[in-house]
Amino acid sequence: MSDTTATAGPRTTEVALPVPATPPARTYGPVTRTDFVRYQGASGDMNPIHHDEVFAKAAGFPSPFSVGMWQASLLGTYATDWLGGPNVRDFRIRFLAQVWPGDVLTLDGVPLRTYVLESEDGREGRVDVELTCRRQSGDKAVTAWATFVLPLDAAVEAGERPETTEEQG
Amino acid sequence: MANPDAQGVTGAPFRLDVERGKIREFALATGAADADYLREENPVVQPTFLTTTFFWQGEDSNPWSAVELDQQRGLHAEQQYTFFGEPPRAGTRLTCQSRIGEIYTKVGRRGGEMTFAVMYTDFHDETGRLVARAKLTGVETARPPATGDAAQDGASA
Repeated sequence: MSDTTATAGPRTTEVALPVPATPPARTYGPVTRTDFVRYQGASGDMNPIHHDEVFAKAAGFPSPFSVGMWQASLLGTYATDWLGGPNVRDFRIRFLAQVWPGDVLTLDGVPLRTYVLESEDGREGRVDVELTCRRQSGDKAVTAWATFVLPLDAAVEAGERPETTEEQG
Repeated sequence: MANPDAQGVTGAPFRLDVERGKIREFALATGAADADYLREENPVVQPTFLTTTFFWQGEDSNPWSAVELDQQRGLHAEQQYTFFGEPPRAGTRLTCQSRIGEIYTKVGRRGGEMTFAVMYTDFHDETGRLVARAKLTGVETARPPATGDAAQDGASA
């Protein structure tokens, strides 16, 4: 469960690779029932606990609360704005606390490691990042671990590649 | 209590057409309306987009009910999406199939026994290549969750 890489088979080599600058923390909210409903419509998860006041109270909650996948998806947006949508290879979400109408969410991220992945498809730079969504109280609502492809810098490539050129007379 | 015999239960394959309009709707709902990659004619899906299997699964294609987690104590603990290459783009037709994976117990921080169950969904493109895999981890806690309790999405998965 602690493995954050996308695939286990290919060989990985820890290499310092340039990572795009981490974007500033992003604030979202105060979040509203409309945010939840719009996400529910988009995702197809129509669980009434997230929009039906009567249903939520009957279940013992003070009000509807957000869909965990919504705040996880906000982290997805933060990450793809940072590292590029086409580059994502793995996105693992852990749900930690509920989010309530009126909450203000703060999203941020940090790179954990960079490495080169070698497989039969070739060599690819990768970065693993940790993403966090906190409520205004400071407690974590969602943590996500993501893996993105990093373009392999030409200089890094040149420095790493064994010298194979042979001077033929 | 979860049914340990559910491991290996497989749902019927189902189809998911990746559509540009659906990607845009998902973007608008997740703060990504201005994302660079949406300007493309056939943008890739977002990291969590494949949750939209909700729109494509039939009763017979979702084996989750076989796990029999208690609805009052069942929570969505983790969700993972793995992409074997670039995420699928608008215009791709995916064939999807879900199966129940491991079912196991752990002792929670408060001492109660928690039961975890995993469901995998594989996504293949038109050429038969495996392009993505979703992993859903559900948990059944020892007692019903209370308001403000940790580790819950509230989704009964």
